Amino acid sequence: MTILAPSADSPALDPRSAAAIRARGLVKRFGDVCAVDGIDLDVPRGMIFALLGPNGAGKTTLMRLLATLTRPDAGSATVMGHDLVAAPQAVRGAIAMTGQFASLDEDLTGRENLVLLARLWGFRGRAAKDRADSLLAAFDLSDAAGRQVKNYSGGMRRRLDIAASLLVTPGILFLDEPTTGLDPGARQGVWRLIRALAEAGVTVLLTTQYLDEADQLAARIAVIDHGKKIAEGTSRELKAATGSGFLHVALADNDRIDEAARLLEGALGGKAQHSAEGAALSIVARSGGDANAAIGALLAAGIELTDFSMGRPSLEEVFFALTGRREQEGEEAGGAA
Amino acid sequence: MTESTPLLEPAVRSTSVPGPVARSTPVLEPVTRPPPPSAASNALAFGWRAVLKFKHLPEQLFDLVMTPIMFTLLFTFVFGGALAGSIGGYLQYFLPGILVQTVVFNAVYSGMGLSTDLGKGLFDRFRSLPIWPLAPFAGLMVGDVLRHLIAGAIILAIGLLLGYRPEAGVPGVVAGFALLLVIGFGVGWVFIVLGLLIRTPTAVMTLGFGFLFPLVFASNIMVDPATMPGWLRTFVDVNPVSLMTTALRGLLAGTVTVAQIALALAAPVLLTVVLAPLTLWLYRRR
Repeated sequence: MTILAPSADSPALDPRSAAAIRARGLVKRFGDVCAVDGIDLDVPRGMIFALLGPNGAGKTTLMRLLATLTRPDAGSATVMGHDLVAAPQAVRGAIAMTGQFASLDEDLTGRENLVLLARLWGFRGRAAKDRADSLLAAFDLSDAAGRQVKNYSGGMRRRLDIAASLLVTPGILFLDEPTTGLDPGARQGVWRLIRALAEAGVTVLLTTQYLDEADQLAARIAVIDHGKKIAEGTSRELKAATGSGFLHVALADNDRIDEAARLLEGALGGKAQHSAEGAALSIVARSGGDANAAIGALLAAGIELTDFSMGRPSLEEVFFALTGRREQEGEEAGGAA
Repeated sequence: MTESTPLLEPAVRSTSVPGPVARSTPVLEPVTRPPPPSAASNALAFGWRAVLKFKHLPEQLFDLVMTPIMFTLLFTFVFGGALAGSIGGYLQYFLPGILVQTVVFNAVYSGMGLSTDLGKGLFDRFRSLPIWPLAPFAGLMVGDVLRHLIAGAIILAIGLLLGYRPEAGVPGVVAGFALLLVIGFGVGWVFIVLGLLIRTPTAVMTLGFGFLFPLVFASNIMVDPATMPGWLRTFVDVNPVSLMTTALRGLLAGTVTVAQIALALAAPVLLTVVLAPLTLWLYRRR
């Protein structure tokens, strides 16, 4: 999956541009726990790239490594062409990071927060104030500029937090779970903002545990679990790699769901997924013929179906198919919390 | 002057952005980085933040001066006569000591502030910026210096009202305050290290005061150690807080010796030499 198919999901790349991120074998241990366990990552410039995985998968640690907030125990990486370990200060000059928890001074006003950061970037006097004011206006925060951040709503805080990463246009913007805890309206606003940033040429690396977020925003997705990259590609490629098709069946009698799952697994191989709604199962089916045989097996056992369909898997099904395989290997499944 | 800074470069504007994003388009015009600021400029920016904290949280100043004011009044009027024979005589002995106590206790607030900042992810942003790595701590120190000066001036003013007279006059007071700032700077490192190690601000406070109370009370701040049992007097005589208090008394009274100043500076210098590199190591390790 290293070659990008020219599809709607993968915009054409300029082959001359160096990678925004090139990581090889990154490892980060905390005591006995290997939070990041040998990850390779290639992110081209100007792309929205998502790290998808459950809580504790290692997404945030990987992002913190790339943002120079923590040092790798092994492996190497370049960020915007600068070596992570040898030239961290050069990396810092080319990136901006908005962490999972608001990285703002709650006691200061929105304007003071931005002026402080503008000064730290090297804007002087009037220029620092002008830069802060233009960002406040652009992020619809002019009215709240003089209020202390502790009085901001979740959405306003998030907007200010992202504005705080844009005092100087970064080569790469790291966003750690940019929409966690936001209401749907504020979430849409952040998505629009991320898309607009990418259109302006900013490479965006975001972590998310929301499949729809990765599906909607990202040109490429790396699925992370237990500190390892277990899959990577466009949303379309990930779905295709999981199976050419997915068979979905709904049972009339919920009590026989385990029996039905065993029959499907017997007929098709792989692992059947129970949907959250109850008496529904989905499983990879290589062809219509295979699916037909599997349904036949269910009917032969006297299991009544209320519905069945063949379709492309959702990213959610891809995710569970990938982590489920790991469960069969005897490891504890991550489980999207 | 401001025109020379390329704030907004109008050349690249994304035109294909649909309606709802229109309001955020000005942000997306690439803004290039100005010439890198100096380490001093970084430190000053953080110092400005410390000043803003005073503006927005005037109540922290209240916490800061209430305890020393109460100590001054309590010890002078309630215990002073019994301890030194006269209220005026005791104030003359006690006031330099309470200044040292105030500065040493103030350092705890600095550590609490740092612990709060670290818990909120604010320092992650600072650490991802291309700035002088020690600048945030230099900013904390600026805040500390302000705190020490404000609290020290208030205590001194109350002392003067109550009848305290520094025999060495203005030069003695200036030299005394300079010593207080050095003491505050040295002790400040202890709480910066604690702030880096401990995630909860209240734990920093509990541990800080637990560590400082024996040092402050088993010293010559409140009483002449002559009446203490021998084993305690041995400790009091080498307690750095006693050495600092002796030097400050000498500076304000104009009787100080070089040896006294050297002994008072030993602890702050040692703390800085050991803890400043440790701070940087802890900060980078996180």
